[in-house]
Amino acid sequence: MLKKRIIPCLDIQDGRTVKGINFVDIIDAGDPIELAKSYVAQGADELVFLDITATIEKRKTLVELVTHIAEEINIPFTVGGGINSIEDVSAIIKAGADKVSVNSSAVKNPELITQIANEFGSQCVVVAIDTKFVDGEWFVFVHGGRTATPLKTLDWVQQVEAIGAGEILLTSMNNDGTKAGFALDITEKVSASVNIPVIASGGAGTKKHFKTLFENTQASAGLAASIFHYGEIPIPELKQYLKNENIAIRWT
Amino acid sequence: MIAIIKYNAGNIRSVQNALNRLGYESMITDDKTEILNADKVIFPGVGEASSAMKYLKDKGLDDVIKSIEKPMLGICLGLQLMCDYSEEGDTKCLGIFNTQVKKFPPKEKVPHIGWNSFAEVKGELFQHIKPESDMYYVHSYYAEKNEQTIATCNYIEPFATAIQHNNFYATQFHPEKSADVGTQLLKNFLEL
Repeated sequence: MLKKRIIPCLDIQDGRTVKGINFVDIIDAGDPIELAKSYVAQGADELVFLDITATIEKRKTLVELVTHIAEEINIPFTVGGGINSIEDVSAIIKAGADKVSVNSSAVKNPELITQIANEFGSQCVVVAIDTKFVDGEWFVFVHGGRTATPLKTLDWVQQVEAIGAGEILLTSMNNDGTKAGFALDITEKVSASVNIPVIASGGAGTKKHFKTLFENTQASAGLAASIFHYGEIPIPELKQYLKNENIAIRWT
Repeated sequence: MIAIIKYNAGNIRSVQNALNRLGYESMITDDKTEILNADKVIFPGVGEASSAMKYLKDKGLDDVIKSIEKPMLGICLGLQLMCDYSEEGDTKCLGIFNTQVKKFPPKEKVPHIGWNSFAEVKGELFQHIKPESDMYYVHSYYAEKNEQTIATCNYIEPFATAIQHNNFYATQFHPEKSADVGTQLLKNFLEL
């Protein structure tokens, strides 16, 4: 049986792990490689590294970091943030990442999704979507959630699937940082409207939130950052809970 | 020395990293002599079947692979290319395993991404691995079960997740990405 995945997300800035609260305040939370290794030891099923470094000159640092991560860990990982071209993708995949995630750049240039899929396969293209509920409708936001677009989330997910996305990482901006639970409605609507896996993100605050996510939506995975970083919910405890609640999870 | 076959498919670096962690020396190579002289050969890959097959043929690697006498392990696309035929790009493959590769019907999410269990295990490749363990998968095509199948996985339907014919072994899952159980499987292969 295919298991539901628990994915810690590590936001990286200048080679360090950080976490934005509602995409604004940033607190330093450690060394990414040490943190990654500790997540692997705790039973994380996959890792996502999001580089929020804005400057191009720091991009080389990211490739070096990806190389080190790939040397150290034996589970899959995705790298995203500021990936604008097939050259960026190539450098990150060759450094050892399993997948890349594209967000604003895919909205600006959807052809990038197809290029990555053609060159490296759909399985390595994760389309990350920041979505916000505005006036009764879910819209796509870009630039770390700062810029609204006229794209409706449900239209965009179908489009990205058709042009080569292998997975969708859906973050609800309304829920992110609130610890009040995942956005179940949009997660389920998105999961039901595409045939590729959907990773739900934004709002995890309790173990029960993961149970509710997996029981009420077809999401393949739940992603969170701060609750794992600050040890609020240790991964083994979360997995034990989900196992007891009869959610199919990987048990190590 | 372990040879990792170099071709136009991703994920090769991850295999080498896994071998390094296990303390094995390896080289990524498309040189016939280096491949045939290695103690073990790994044929990894994530990518598309027809372009990968074309690359192997252009480099003459198709015949090299078939003539390997030492233990060889195909991984993911490697397994698929070792079969007779793949629906992906309507591709005639290496014909080491007498089975066919088909696309998953869209009854569930495709690609099949994530951790899944295995069953119907035969042989030494899975020794010291708990039967309830999960391995990591990422694929949209699968090999049909045949008599050479040494483990199956159930996604939409049971498929061949590990196959063996003589010295040729292959897994659909990624042992190099399957945490400690995957490492154990790689170790089993390396100690054959």
